[in-house]
Amino acid sequence: MFRYYLDLAMRSLMRNKVLTALMVVAIALGIGASMTTLTVLHVLSGDPLPGVSGSLFYPQVDPRDMDGYDASKPLPEQVTWIDGMNLLHARRADRQALMTGGAVPIQPAQSGIEPFYSDARYTTSDFFPMFRVPFLYGHGWNPSDDESRARVVVITRSLNDKLFGGKDSTGQTLRMKDTAFRVIGVLDSWRPNPHFYDVNTGRYSNSEDVFVPLGASRDAHLDHDGSTDCWGTGGGDEEHAETEPCVWLQFWVQLDSPDKVAAYREFLTHYSQEQKALGRFARPVKVGLPGLMEWMDINKVVPGDVRLQTWLAFGFLLVCLVNTIGLMLAKFLRRAGELGVRRALGASKREVFAQLMVESAVIGLAGGLGGLLLAFGGLWLVRRQPSDYASLAHLDPTMLLATFVLAIGATLLAGLLPAWRACQIAPALQLKSQ
Amino acid sequence: MMLQIKPILAALKRHKAGTILIALQIALTLAIVCNALFIIHERLDRISRPTGLDEGNLMAIGNRYVGADDKDTAAMMRGDLVALRQLPGVADAVSINSYPLRGGGWSTGVRVGAEDKKPKAHTTLYFSDEHTLPTMGTHLIAGRNFQADEIGEADPKEVGDPAVVIVSKALADKLFTDGHALGKPIYIGDTKKPSTIIGIVERLEVPWNGSWSDTFYENSIIEPVRLSGNYTNFLVRSKPGQLEALMKSAPAALYQANRMRVIPPERGVRTFAAVREHAYKADRGMAILMGVVCLVLLAITAAGIVGLTSFWVGQRRKQIGVRRALGATRRDILSYFLTENLLIGIGGVVVGAALAMGMNLWLVTQFEMARLSLMYVLAGVLALLLLGQGAVLAPAMRASRVSPVEATRSV
Repeated sequence: MFRYYLDLAMRSLMRNKVLTALMVVAIALGIGASMTTLTVLHVLSGDPLPGVSGSLFYPQVDPRDMDGYDASKPLPEQVTWIDGMNLLHARRADRQALMTGGAVPIQPAQSGIEPFYSDARYTTSDFFPMFRVPFLYGHGWNPSDDESRARVVVITRSLNDKLFGGKDSTGQTLRMKDTAFRVIGVLDSWRPNPHFYDVNTGRYSNSEDVFVPLGASRDAHLDHDGSTDCWGTGGGDEEHAETEPCVWLQFWVQLDSPDKVAAYREFLTHYSQEQKALGRFARPVKVGLPGLMEWMDINKVVPGDVRLQTWLAFGFLLVCLVNTIGLMLAKFLRRAGELGVRRALGASKREVFAQLMVESAVIGLAGGLGGLLLAFGGLWLVRRQPSDYASLAHLDPTMLLATFVLAIGATLLAGLLPAWRACQIAPALQLKSQ
Repeated sequence: MMLQIKPILAALKRHKAGTILIALQIALTLAIVCNALFIIHERLDRISRPTGLDEGNLMAIGNRYVGADDKDTAAMMRGDLVALRQLPGVADAVSINSYPLRGGGWSTGVRVGAEDKKPKAHTTLYFSDEHTLPTMGTHLIAGRNFQADEIGEADPKEVGDPAVVIVSKALADKLFTDGHALGKPIYIGDTKKPSTIIGIVERLEVPWNGSWSDTFYENSIIEPVRLSGNYTNFLVRSKPGQLEALMKSAPAALYQANRMRVIPPERGVRTFAAVREHAYKADRGMAILMGVVCLVLLAITAAGIVGLTSFWVGQRRKQIGVRRALGATRRDILSYFLTENLLIGIGGVVVGAALAMGMNLWLVTQFEMARLSLMYVLAGVLALLLLGQGAVLAPAMRASRVSPVEATRSV
């Protein structure tokens, strides 16, 4: 029966090519636009560390003075050196890492390569196990290296390819800002999206090429990049950043159970009360412990334009669908005579309805295919944009499937009203007027 | 004409679903098109903002000193400036911390009284020397330029408060509403030490062009301090027609003066036109996208009207024939369909106008957007009504050509 309906649908669609083309093109445009923007949104709002992000949290305390105090304003987005170090050394979480970003001049030993600048991350040892960073060669450093401010460095695979021809470079020396560092590890490809652990240094940019112990970066006077927020007498002086009243570090913790999350929140509150008693904190105690994905939401990492485009595309799809409903209604009702004959010859309402729905589905399928082509074209255009997320805009299997589900689902929905109306035709009336 | 409205309404009642669908489509299209046009307008407004610079003859070079101690970079910078200014085809050149449309820079608050708690205005700070105005091509409208002996050199971490500054007119007007800013002291940041305004320039944009800087995008201060440190930007103004040649010779001259530097291969050396294009690429892309969406949306709506009206005409051939046989002229038939479409259209735009404003209110809460002006809604209403009339014309003409003989056929 289905094949018969399909045959009927194809005949009916071929009979009025212009109308059919109009419906298919409208659906294709709507689907193409929606899928392009939805894919970009999907990529940008994705989980940077699937399976791990649920146990990562971003503690916040408020060390600022009372100037401009407003209880409704958000907490500082980063921590000071003193608070960061206190929380780090308290070791109340399963894992914890204190970090900040920077840029370092790399002075290759090979004469063929000119000195160049590379983005760097200055962090503590738990960074690698906590974020499940994959290693190609070697390993990260130990807590003891943090304490001794060891001059060691972990580099990425791409930097290793550039400097050491892709060979195992552990044990080699890398000169940065006139200081020698020993390579102890090479990362395998790793690019979490968004760049969640520091949203101030490029939200969808490549991750850094160089990882150095935080303490060693201070000793070697490596330059700090990213946000520095000061109050009171703070002037953001790099040399004395340890004591300045400025927040410029990110602190992340891993908490493996809800009980530990509650306990850590408790700990943060106690810590703040203690600091207030000591006179370091001035404001009423308020702490924050957002999870990773919550922190992404708070920071609105997905660009406004991308969200705006997605809404626009769905509005566009809606108009295309209303248009298709209207055209299908016209088409089905025009065939009232034919449907009347079928009904009179014994076809039930249900059978006529099924026949018309098959016709809608054929339009949906054709529109979905067209939409998919348009989405590929649209994403190709997105990739040619200068934004830092451009290279990420690819259709994955989930989105591919979603395209067809959306296209066929939407057209079936659009076919529902016209088909139902067409079924209501009284066969006798139609036969009489023939 | 008026006489026809009643029978039209009676006829539309028999086509409720189709009528509602067309009206709904018109309403949705109006709502989206109004808001999209408004976004286009906002973006184009932003793109066409002048920076205040002589953009046609300017180029920018990003420069990072490598392997040099931060203390030595001030001398290296002086050497670089001499090399650049001597180059044939160069009108003037400066080393500066940032420049309009670059995207990163220094911002702070300004107060007019030493004891004021709250800044009266927000501004950007440019650090450079007495060559800044001649290089940028910015017009001095009051006061004077810096003199060579007023120029200092400082590490970015140890910048003090300069005795004299030049400000943009927008900032001067904001700080001193009476219009007498020249010679007055201002307090930059949290300092208690005054800086005297010695010059006012007509216009100088801040380095940012995102919407977050919209409240102070023309508030700039130039301080007579060359910042040392390992990163700087060179702005080079060419003599007319010489910019092309300088794009190669200027970086070459810098490397010849001193090899201890990195000029990024990507966007290290750019004409100001390239700077502008890069800065506004996202805005331009958004405007084009919105424009395309509007056009396609209008085309689809027009096609939908043509399709549905054609169907109605086909369905009513007999009735039309009867009317023609009873004495209705072709013009009567034509005006019947035009009026019918107008009625549906009016219904659609009334709903659509409300929808457009509702959608805008929602967008304002979600995105950095201004309130939709009523002019856009009115223009959209007019455009969609005209579009409807235009779309219905072809099927209506076909209807008017139905011969009265049709009435006698197969009844």
